[in-house]
This record gives sequence, structure tokens and C-alpha cells, in this order.
Amino acid sequence: MAATEVERGTDAAVPPGGGGALSVLAYLMQVYRRTFKGSLISSFLSPLLYLAAMGYGLGSLVDSGASRGIDGIPYVAFIAPGVLAATAMQTASGECTYPVLGAIKWHGQFHAMLATPLRPRQVLIGHLAFVTVRFLVVCGVFLVVAALLGATPSWTTPLALPAAVLTGLAFAAPITALAARVRDGGDSFNVLFRFVVMPMFLFSGTFFPIDQLPGALQVVAWVTPLWHGVELCRGLTLGTGTLLGAVGHVAYLSVFLVVGYLLAERFLTSRLLS
Amino acid sequence: MTQPAPQASDRARAGGAVLIHASGLRKSFGDFDAVKGIDVEVTAGESFGFLGPNGAGKSSTMRMIGCVSPPTGGTLRILGLDPATAGPAIRAQLGVCPQRDYLDEELTVEENMLTYGRYFGLPKQVVRQRTAELLEFAQLTERARSRVEPLSGGMKRRLTIARSLINSPRILLLDEPTTGLDPQARHVSWDRLFRLKRSGVTLVLTTHYMDEAEQLCDRLVVMDHGLIVAEGSPRALIAEHSTREVLELRFHADDHAPYAARVEGLADRVEVLPDRLLLYVQDGDATMAAVHARGLEPLSSLVRRSTLEDVFLRLTGRTLVD
Repeated sequence: MAATEVERGTDAAVPPGGGGALSVLAYLMQVYRRTFKGSLISSFLSPLLYLAAMGYGLGSLVDSGASRGIDGIPYVAFIAPGVLAATAMQTASGECTYPVLGAIKWHGQFHAMLATPLRPRQVLIGHLAFVTVRFLVVCGVFLVVAALLGATPSWTTPLALPAAVLTGLAFAAPITALAARVRDGGDSFNVLFRFVVMPMFLFSGTFFPIDQLPGALQVVAWVTPLWHGVELCRGLTLGTGTLLGAVGHVAYLSVFLVVGYLLAERFLTSRLLS
Repeated sequence: MTQPAPQASDRARAGGAVLIHASGLRKSFGDFDAVKGIDVEVTAGESFGFLGPNGAGKSSTMRMIGCVSPPTGGTLRILGLDPATAGPAIRAQLGVCPQRDYLDEELTVEENMLTYGRYFGLPKQVVRQRTAELLEFAQLTERARSRVEPLSGGMKRRLTIARSLINSPRILLLDEPTTGLDPQARHVSWDRLFRLKRSGVTLVLTTHYMDEAEQLCDRLVVMDHGLIVAEGSPRALIAEHSTREVLELRFHADDHAPYAARVEGLADRVEVLPDRLLLYVQDGDATMAAVHARGLEPLSSLVRRSTLEDVFLRLTGRTLVD
């Protein structure tokens, strides 16, 4: 009987660090594979719909106005990088809220991982690596669609992909930290969705330049990470960015990523090892 | 009921290496003290149980042993290592079967095993070979490629047990391994665990089922309110905390309390339940005769051996703990 074949004693096959963050990524990819086709279609359709409705529908009004687009830029080319950065943000708020809370509270995948040599830090890195893959897919498809529609005039457009990924991570890390602290059934996320994600989506320079906002709100928009993500991406797809500006945006987004990561590691550790 | 061979555990305790050592172990959550200072030692090859009502501190203790809950005080060594500094290294050699299954229900049985093997960093070839063996052991070979979600509770539990063995652990921790299963499924799980025990795996389990403790544990501690209130083999605990036999008497009355006075002196201890009296005695039949001699005619009577349940209820009380 197999029972007697179950080996005992020190298992030489188990390395001390276990499978590391890569094993966490491998698991999340395996689950993703099951829904990959569906998610690919939606990540293809949503930019198409946005760029068609806003870029061409609304854009036909903007472009025929006195300023000929926005400062001479066709409206569709203006919003494409904005929606790109906002899509990264929304992907982050989707992947780092309920899935993280669920892995702690309902399905327990994170607890199952902690019953192995894996550490909370490796779980977090594996999760963020997976989210990065999601950004690459979603934003990559978006850029291809936008390029095919002629909404990305500059040759520096490919660099907008890592820029969008960084924007996404600047949201993913702090949102994961938040999710690790949520005790309720996720109602707290509504505050995030309604009062952070949604307003940023609308007012961070995605659809119109923030100098159109009243003075005080301009400052608010300027502080949001999304505005920096939008500006960074826009500079690259339009070719209007400056090196100094880009460095500034990257630095600003990196602060959110690093601080968010440190908080997430701390909160996740105290939640999983309580 | 199968009594575990006492010689085996005695030998283990005498000669086996100490795998788990806890002294003065404490765990508090805020101002709630879940575990209030317990001393435990588990040796290689032993099957050790934590018995207690809900809220007794069993699960908190198990989480500390599983290195996912830092102790608030006291000493804890597992495999000679300190969980505070060597958690991952200890966990690499533990098998954990938690109270909730934590399986990925969207993945197949096999994929769940492979995922888990990957967490341990085991080579693919090793995981595949062990998965085949363990699914055979858990009687799940035919379901290897089915999704987990539609499986029965018993199958999921066996899969959780199989999964926890993927790293050939030195200690298997089982937190209420058969809670919520139907009787058939419980017996199949017990059978599997008993085989593991026979093959020399050190088992540490929590339970509030007395029959489970009697089936599986060489030695156990009874916990209540965060403390250990008794320790020993199931047989020794019964000998120490109960009598050999119990005589149960049921009278034609709504209140059995008045009858307690009338059987006074016939038993070591009398317990009044709403529907019957329990007389703790050495010889049930002799006591029954003495009851008749006093002119009492109970509606029904039953002589039975003392069980761990009698010990348990005596030590932890009949009051409902919620």
C-alpha cells in the first residue's frame, strides 16, 4: 500500500527557501490562464470603445473647435495616453483589492502559501509580479490598438508601455497594502473606488489638460500619481515630453511604489503571521 | 474501539527525539489571552492530540507550532529550531492540514498538488512522482484530473491531507481533521491517518471529537480556557479522571435531581442531567443491584465503559462555550 511508501525524515528535496516568489507567480499565472482569452478580448475591446466614443465621437467636436484639437493635437491622440495610464490604474484597483482580500479571507491561498517555506514578502513579490504581467498584457494591447488607430504619433511610443506599467505599480503596491488591512467584507474598497480611483480617472488630465481646472483643483490634480502617469505616457506617445519632466514623473511614481511596497510588506506580514 | 499500542508510544517517548518542545507558551490577542502558559513535548513517531472545547486555545497553539503565529511568551522549539528566527526552515519540514481546506477549487486535484509542491521548491519530477503516490494513498487517483469544486467534503479533506504530505514532512499538523464530515468520510480519513501513524509519521492534531482522539492519539492533553487541565494516554486519562464503568439511569420524571439524593453513597460521583443520572462506578451491574435494593425502579438503565467523553466533560464542564 502506498501509505508505507510515504517517505519520512528530512526531505533532501526541499530547498530551504522553498519555491520563492516565482512559485507564487506560477500559481497566479496558472489561474490566469483559465480566464486569459476572455480577459484578452475585454482588454482589446475597452480601449477600442473608449478611443472610438471619446476620441472620435467627442473628438470631432473638439477638433473642429477654435484650437484645432488640444493645442493642435487631435483629441484621440491626446486622450490615448491618458486612458492608457488610467487603464493601468484601474487594472491595479481590480487586481489588488478583492483578489488580495479573498486570498487572505475567503479562499485562503495566502494562508496555504504560508504553510510552506514561503515568506509573506515572497507572496507579495509574486503577487506584484503577476500584476505586472497583467499590466503588460492590458497596456500592451491598448498601445497596439491605439497605434493602429493612429493615436500614437511619436516613435518613443513603445516606451509608454513600461511607463504605464510603472503607473500601475504605483497604484498596485499601496492598494495591496490597503487590502491587507481591510477587516470587513470589502465595503471599504468602495471608498477607494468612489473617492480615489473614479475622481482621478476623470480629473487627472486624462480627458482634458488640468490647466482647465480651477486653481486649487489644479494643485490637487498635480499631486495625484495618475496625473504623473498620464503626463509621462503622453510625453512618450506624442513625443512632447522632456527628459527632466520624465525623470520627475518616474521619481514621483517610484515613491508611491516603494512606500506602498514597504507598507504592503508590513501589513501583509502582520496579517498572515498574527 | 482500537486502542493504540501503548508500548510503541512509551518507546517513542523514551528513545525518540523531541520534535516539539514548548514551555510556558503563551499567546495573547490584545487583552485576550488565548493560551495562558502551556508545557508540551512531542517526540518522533508519536501521535499527539490537543483536546478541548471551542475557544480552549487549541487552534492558537497549532498556529504557533505551524510557525504562522509568533508566541507572546514562553519557549517554543520545533525540530530544535526557534520559529521566531527559523520559521521558513521549520515550515519546510512540516505538513499542515488546516481547519479550512484552502484548496484552489478552480484547479484540478492534480494541479493543486503540483502548485503546492512548487511552493516547497520541489523539482517537478519529484512532485509528479509523489503526487501519483499520494493521490493513490488518498484514494483520489480517479479524480486526479477533475476540478476540486464539485468534489465531496470527504474527498476535499483527503486531498488536503495528501497535499500536506507533498514535502514528506517530519511532523504532520492536523487542525480538526474530520470536523464537518459525514460518518463514512470520517472513517475513511481516520483509516488514512492511522496508516500514516503506522508508517511512523509524527501526528499532532486537535479535535473535539472523543472517538477521534481515542482512535488516533497515543497521548493527549485536554485544554480548557488556554490551559492544559490533564495529560496522558486516552486509557490513563480515563483511569485517572473517571471510573471504570458508568451506570446511566432514566426515571419517569421531568426532574432527575431528587433521585440523586436517593442513590447517594452508591457511586464515586453522581451527575444529574436533564433526562438521566450518571453514576460513576467500578462495577455497573453490582451498583444496579444496589439501586434495586433501595427500592428504586428506573425506567431504563445502561451500563457502559467510561469513555474519554466522560473525562472531557468532567474536566471542561457541561456549560456550553460559545
